[in-house]
Amino acid sequence: MTKFTKDHEYITEDGTVGITPYAQEQLGDIVFVELPQVGKKLKQGDEAAVVESVKAASEIYSPVSGTVIAVNEALSGEPGLINTAPETEGWIFKLALDDAGELDGLLDAAAYAELTK
Amino acid sequence: MAEATQDLKTVLLNDRHVALGGRMVPFSGYSLPVQYPTGIIAEHKWTREHAGLFDVSHMGPSFLVLDQKSGDGQADHEVVAGLVEPLICGDIKGLKPGQVRYTLLLNQEGGALDDLMIARPAAEGWGGALYIVVNAGTKEGDFQRIAAAAAGKATLNRADHCALLALQGPEAVEVMRAVVPEAADLAFMHYGAFDFEGTRLVISRSGYTGEDGFEILVEPDHAGRFWDRLLSDGRVKPIGLGARDSLRLEAGLPLYGHDLDETVSPIEAGLNFAVAKRRREAADFPGAARILDELGGNLSRVRVGLFVEGAPAREGAEIVDQDGNAIGRVTSGGFSPSLNRAIALGFVPPSHATPGTRLQVLVRGRSQAAEITATPFVPHRYVRKPAK
Repeated sequence: MTKFTKDHEYITEDGTVGITPYAQEQLGDIVFVELPQVGKKLKQGDEAAVVESVKAASEIYSPVSGTVIAVNEALSGEPGLINTAPETEGWIFKLALDDAGELDGLLDAAAYAELTK
Repeated sequence: MAEATQDLKTVLLNDRHVALGGRMVPFSGYSLPVQYPTGIIAEHKWTREHAGLFDVSHMGPSFLVLDQKSGDGQADHEVVAGLVEPLICGDIKGLKPGQVRYTLLLNQEGGALDDLMIARPAAEGWGGALYIVVNAGTKEGDFQRIAAAAAGKATLNRADHCALLALQGPEAVEVMRAVVPEAADLAFMHYGAFDFEGTRLVISRSGYTGEDGFEILVEPDHAGRFWDRLLSDGRVKPIGLGARDSLRLEAGLPLYGHDLDETVSPIEAGLNFAVAKRRREAADFPGAARILDELGGNLSRVRVGLFVEGAPAREGAEIVDQDGNAIGRVTSGGFSPSLNRAIALGFVPPSHATPGTRLQVLVRGRSQAAEITATPFVPHRYVRKPAK
């Protein structure tokens, strides 16, 4: 089950992290994405990536602790994928989780929907 | 940059911006649309290809009018121009009827208090008046300063209760021709007053996007109708502040409060053209000693354009030379939708200001390659002498 953070990241069951449709809508046109290094170890809440819109840079935080095992290289050439398909082709990085238990502390879809109402 | 939302002023056309899906944000004390649903990049490109309509009613339009006119239009113009010239570095006395001039309000150290437009009415009967448009963030101070300088001789009438619109882009002229035909014949940096269905519009051929276009002052009661009329033309789309900023950045135009401030002189900012020849010879403007010295070559920093590799370098980013020495800062920077790359304006010493000079900028603590480039980044397309 996909989980969500209050900072508008999502993490899927297989550890794929991106930003929500609500977040991309708020940011506007994404023009640049700074991806983490594969192999980087992240603690929950660490700054993992940066997404730049025309107007501003926004940090993307790691929803849980883990190791980066893949990044979406397609975003380097086509950052707008985050706008057009934030939950599919616009994913940002993939984590091998340290502790799947951390997922329990995140929001489920209903709680996240409530947050962005 | 968070501003309190409860104290925000709204513009006359606020309901229209909301109805169009505008995302309202605080800017200079006003709630204004940063973008409409199509987004900044689409709005930016539309303006470069067609015509964009901007609500810039937060700015400060005003009229300075002599209290007692002689009736001789030229003599009255020279008197009213003489009241503002001590505050600025431009030649206002030398304006021909209908001419608009970009100039700077300076402090005694030659630093910029604001950049503004001052225009001489075309109609002889309006001799002894000036149309003055200042920036939103500085307008209270500017208006006080101008009113004080003119006290007892002329009165400054604010017009910022009106709507000020900008219609910009290569198709702006044909859009204007369909609505106010005579205004389409204005030359670049000229203005006039024109009838539009029972009201008078003050229209200048000017703007801050690098494109041909117009800026239009509309009486409050007619603002909605005029906005609707322009938008009913399929060549026109509403454009928010986000694209206004990316357009002016591509055009290499400085933004007050970012690329210009009270420490920056017109020469440092590369606005030498704004220091009029007559004023240089007379050395009779605020900060003349510094500015003339800088014109003589004694300059420690100059405004430059930068191409930035990778992530956009935003305002405040440090500029370093190839040896890692800090030499300046980015004053505005972002992404250029037309060029599909990061661009920036900033200040560096003249020794590092030659186009082609390779430098670096620090973004989030890491250095990225940058190169000095001539501005504008995207060529201006002003129409200096329109074909009749």
